[in-house]
Amino acid sequence: MIEVKDLHKSYGRQGKVNALNSISFTVDDGEIFGVIGPDGAGKSSLFRILASLILPDSGSAIMNGHDVVKDYRKIRQIIGYMPGRFSLYQDLSVEENLVFFATLFNTTVEENYHLIKDIYQQIEPFKKRRAGALSGGMKQKLALSCALIHKPEILILDEPTTGVDPVSRKEFWDMLGRLKEQGITILVSTAYMDEASRCDRIALIREGEFIGSDTPQGIIDDYPEILWAVEGTGMSALLGELRAHDKVKSSFAFGDKIHITVEKSLQTEELKRYLANKKFNDVRIAPIAPTVEDCFMALTS
Amino acid sequence: MSKKVIEVFNLTKKFGNFTAVDRISFDVKEGEIFGFLGANGAGKTTAMQMLCGISMPTAGEGTVAGYDIIKENERIKRNIGYMSQKFSLYEDLKVWENIRLFGGIYGLSDKTIAEKTNELLKQLDFEQERNTLVKYLPLGWKQKLAFSVAIFHEPRIVFLDEPTGGVDPAMRRQFWEMIYDAADRGITVFVTTHYMDEAEYCNRVSIMVDGRIDALDTPAELRRRFSADSMDEVFRQLARKAKRGDQ
Repeated sequence: MIEVKDLHKSYGRQGKVNALNSISFTVDDGEIFGVIGPDGAGKSSLFRILASLILPDSGSAIMNGHDVVKDYRKIRQIIGYMPGRFSLYQDLSVEENLVFFATLFNTTVEENYHLIKDIYQQIEPFKKRRAGALSGGMKQKLALSCALIHKPEILILDEPTTGVDPVSRKEFWDMLGRLKEQGITILVSTAYMDEASRCDRIALIREGEFIGSDTPQGIIDDYPEILWAVEGTGMSALLGELRAHDKVKSSFAFGDKIHITVEKSLQTEELKRYLANKKFNDVRIAPIAPTVEDCFMALTS
Repeated sequence: MSKKVIEVFNLTKKFGNFTAVDRISFDVKEGEIFGFLGANGAGKTTAMQMLCGISMPTAGEGTVAGYDIIKENERIKRNIGYMSQKFSLYEDLKVWENIRLFGGIYGLSDKTIAEKTNELLKQLDFEQERNTLVKYLPLGWKQKLAFSVAIFHEPRIVFLDEPTGGVDPAMRRQFWEMIYDAADRGITVFVTTHYMDEAEYCNRVSIMVDGRIDALDTPAELRRRFSADSMDEVFRQLARKAKRGDQ
């Protein structure tokens, strides 16, 4: 279990940059907890504190009963940490990196092979290759294998899917699902809002603060706005006309549709007539359920 | 029919006996927003390097901005803009210094740079940040500035390599609105992304699988052809066919 209470962290002269502002949350055993927000929101600072790599200004964090400041030696034994930047030894081979990390933690690759088998098998054909010469997706699999090789109780993964294509991202989350089944608690951060649905619970983070925390469905159920999807040809011009309507509160492109939030008093027919007057005749408008990305945007507007 | 600013035929790049890019042929029209998609390891970066004139093709031919990829690659560099998520601006230089540096590299006169800098900072509502070190700007601002710098010399084409990775959802959309503005001014935009919703914002999209272009069309047409609800699904159907894996 992870228990974080009122964590603060600032950087720079006189604490000019506020990286974390009063962060509190708990993660239960065997849970996948996602911290979701854009780059620069404070995700890495939070994870570095939990990995005992930097000190908080104030507040506390207890991981499976151990304090991240006082018990940092113990913390390092029970966690597996995958930093945002690839930080394995580029000049060692795939296999050498893995053996190195196993040895550091007083174990062997054989002893815990069952934990990484599923992931490591995919890169095993290239085990003689230097880690620096691997592609992005393979580096990520090696980093995860190295973070797991000492059988950690808690995994801390800082943006493991950044720059990874949609298919490989899905595979990665499938792997996390299987690790969860083995009882590992997983704390993971991402800037991809669509990955929220793969977590048991999520926290939305922005400018060092949690702006919402719940199950993904709970976040969606709390969405405060009326949300419609608008479809039509000439998206750019359509976006402009929608923004000009005084009962449309916000309008943003979402793939091939435009998501708009509207005043209660607006009817879809009224908006259709307005757009028809502007020569948009083939427009479809329908109320829709929000995605986590809609929720994030509503919470930050 | 508008002019073509990129035209390539059977463009190929081999590293030893590994064919990274395998006889790709396509063209991009002036003012078009062209999405260049593919899984990690499909050959996108290698293809883009050849188009930008920094990597020589093993075989094939083509022109970019009217210049021959093989014989006139130095001229290509002068007529394009480039920006990526990983590298775009110098963190330890101030906002104005970055603009000055890139303007100078592209051969603009001091006078032009000074005038255009004022104009640009005003447009971006950045005047107060003129003397701020780039490393202190929030990521979304940095990306907007980087894009403006990449098109500062009014290139015919701008290449954007995952320009919105990790950017705030609202900021990501503002960034795309800047892309639209540039395209309206006639600048051709060649863009890679891992956000499949952004694929929808392109006029046409190509999807690379194992070094080849397996599909190229408008997003709507691709969705229709693959009987898919979204570009995400189109992408998955195609990427699943990949044989060489992520190497």
